[in-house]
Amino acid sequence: MTQSADLILVLIILSNFVILGSRELRVCIRTAAVQGALLSVLPLLVHREPGSRAILMALGAAVVKGLVVPGFLFQAIRHVKIRHEVEPYVGFVPSLFLCAVGSGLALLFAGSLPLAPEHAGSLLVPASLATMLSGFLVLTTRRKAITQVVGYLMLENGIFIFGLLLIEAMPFLVEAGVLLDLFAGIFIMGIVLNHIQSEFSSLDTHYLSDLKD
Amino acid sequence: MSTSLVLAAAVLAALSGLPSLARRPRPAGPSPESWLMAAAALVGLTGAALAFLPGQRGAVEVPWGIAGGPFLASVDPLSALFLGPLFVVSAAGAFFGDVYWAESLHPSWRRLRVFYGILTASLVLVFAARNLLLFLGAWEVMALAAFFLISTEWNDGKARRAGLLYLVTTHVGTLCLFGLLALIYGATGSFVLGPLPAGLAASGTGKAIFWLAVAAFGLKAGLMPLHFWLPGAHAAAPSHVSALMSGVLIKTGIYGLVRIQSLFPDPPVAWGEGILVLGVVSGVLGVAFALGQHDLKRLLAYHSVENIGIIAIGLGLGLVGRSTGNPAWMVLGFGGGLLHVVNHGLFKSLLFLGSGAVVRASGTREMDRMGGLLRVLPVSGACFAVGAVAISGLPPLNGFVSEWFLYLGLLDGVGKRAASAWPWGALAVPALALIGSLALACFVKAFGIVFLGEPRGAGPRVTDEPAWMWAPMAALAALCFAIGLAPMLVTPFLDPAIAVAAAAPAARPALPRLAAVASLRPLSIFLVGLAVVLASSLLAVRRLARGAKRDGTWSCGYAAPGPTMQYTSSSFADWTVGLFRWALLPVTPANRLERPFAKPFRFASHVDDAVLHRLLIPVFRAGAELAALGRRVQHGQIQLYLFYVALTIVVLLFQV
Repeated sequence: MTQSADLILVLIILSNFVILGSRELRVCIRTAAVQGALLSVLPLLVHREPGSRAILMALGAAVVKGLVVPGFLFQAIRHVKIRHEVEPYVGFVPSLFLCAVGSGLALLFAGSLPLAPEHAGSLLVPASLATMLSGFLVLTTRRKAITQVVGYLMLENGIFIFGLLLIEAMPFLVEAGVLLDLFAGIFIMGIVLNHIQSEFSSLDTHYLSDLKD
Repeated sequence: MSTSLVLAAAVLAALSGLPSLARRPRPAGPSPESWLMAAAALVGLTGAALAFLPGQRGAVEVPWGIAGGPFLASVDPLSALFLGPLFVVSAAGAFFGDVYWAESLHPSWRRLRVFYGILTASLVLVFAARNLLLFLGAWEVMALAAFFLISTEWNDGKARRAGLLYLVTTHVGTLCLFGLLALIYGATGSFVLGPLPAGLAASGTGKAIFWLAVAAFGLKAGLMPLHFWLPGAHAAAPSHVSALMSGVLIKTGIYGLVRIQSLFPDPPVAWGEGILVLGVVSGVLGVAFALGQHDLKRLLAYHSVENIGIIAIGLGLGLVGRSTGNPAWMVLGFGGGLLHVVNHGLFKSLLFLGSGAVVRASGTREMDRMGGLLRVLPVSGACFAVGAVAISGLPPLNGFVSEWFLYLGLLDGVGKRAASAWPWGALAVPALALIGSLALACFVKAFGIVFLGEPRGAGPRVTDEPAWMWAPMAALAALCFAIGLAPMLVTPFLDPAIAVAAAAPAARPALPRLAAVASLRPLSIFLVGLAVVLASSLLAVRRLARGAKRDGTWSCGYAAPGPTMQYTSSSFADWTVGLFRWALLPVTPANRLERPFAKPFRFASHVDDAVLHRLLIPVFRAGAELAALGRRVQHGQIQLYLFYVALTIVVLLFQV
């Protein structure tokens, strides 16, 4: 069971690299969707005996992270006329390098954390930290508002994985909270996107610096 | 009984603005709101008078859910002494405002009425509160109500700036008050106003408490380096609000100082000396700045600074008396200071109401556009003259009496071996004399330029003088005369208030009575005699002049004298302003007539506030430029902002 979970976690870490390394927006969004779908399987695997709540949670995560949000993003890039290319501040190779360093550091750091014995060997914590870091990289180094949303999504995915650690100790309230938070975040980003679009006829966050006082 | 009545008056005053919210503008004349204020004043004055009967001084204590102890209010003679002018001035101002702030002309009349009542109520609570948190709350309500009143004419940029400056200043004072409260709580473990432990005054905490009080209350009272908000605010507010503010609101600072020093059983001499020096500085420079003003209400506002200085001289003398154990200084210093609080409350509000009448008639506050207004406003002009004589400290009016007490007290140390422990008091005497003479010069200027001569500019705009406008002024003038001619009427009220201020413990021999120390009976006979001589000579001059033919003054044969050839406010004060050039820093253009047939040129001189325009504004402007460097961090890139957030989180993680 832990092995299959670890396999999925490795796939998630790999998907981080794909998102950071891909030149095309569609690939980014699609990979983020895949990451979300992979993630939604995790509650079932981490639980010793998955009950109805775990199944519900997995379903919710799959629908929101795998379908709704990516669908929304695809619709966004179809509606607004933008070049379907990622515009990075930091180039693809350096960002991949940073991501690799970050993932390595996450592994090292997780090893030094005083974790509960049942989580000590698992990849849950390093994968969560690595995903958060890469999400953060996307947030800070990519220029388009759409990629900001993707970065935010990855950040949330990392937090989601971390939340799995508590899945037995804590009620599902935490998880529901994460989903709700994500949904609100996307919602706000959607509004922001619309407004950037209508104000500057572009989705480039670069133009936002005109708004500074 | 006394406290309950005073609190009832506060409730009445707070609610007095409510009818205005439900009614349409009325023609000028007494309004229901003013009658409510008058009722509040009657109830409150009864309560304040009862406070002088020992049996009626019960405190009102109501447990409430707010931290820091119960709702605790009590009116002792010291509070009552401050409450008296408050009720008189607020009621007089309300009736004056009915005419002055015509409801049909000023859309902001509702807001004015509501906040006028709230300001009065909060002032009552400031004087009556015995729980420091309640005091702070009332203080804050007072500050905000005054802010809304100052910025009544919000659409005028000057009024807006004055209001904002006041708001910032008052909150700096409140900040000091917070520190004061915390220190007192630390020293006593309670927010209830009570005596502080002996020996505290010598410790750092005691010193911090006292000097924080000087800063907080000095800002409100307008002691000289802290007065910078006062001229603008008093000029911008509607005149009856200026009267209430100058007459009563700034006295809350004096009240706070007197109250805080009375909590210390053993104040060091340095405190009294400090207050005395501050008082001399405010007094002399306040009147010097007043001389340089062209705006009638700014001039009056600087005179408030001057009079606060005179009051502070009295407080300083009383404090030194407490430190050195000299009962005559305590009685004459506190007595003169507190009587001047009452007197200034009366004659300064009278003068501000007079300036309101002038502004209403002439449509401007610039003295150099007025002139000859005595013909339009005979009664208001006479009342203004009474106030001017009183504020200059001339007999037979009330200003003379309180300054007389101060002179007696300051000179008391001279030549006496027993009092030589502190011989510096006499040094303040010349300062007091200088203040009096400069005030006289300043009011000769103000009265002469405004009321005498010929109208400069377009002449008066409104020429009627409704009875409800001058009646409040006449009442205040009558009170000035009453205190001036018969000071024994007020000294019985002053004696118990002095005892509170001097915190005289029951064990020590009781303080001598003020009337005995100041030998009031001969003084009063002299004053009444002087008044009789003055009045009869006035009548005699009138009678002699009855048949005289009226004509213009001889103008040295010049054929075409015009109104522009009269003295202006700046030319009249040119010499005296020149004497104080080192402090006033007047701004005068350098162009002069150089050759025959010179081209016409404009001349304009003005005296800015030295503290505000030469010190505070440049310092804050430099600070703003420094702070602008920090705005480089704000570049508008969302990605870097996120980076800042993450950096902060990481730093916090490693710090904690």
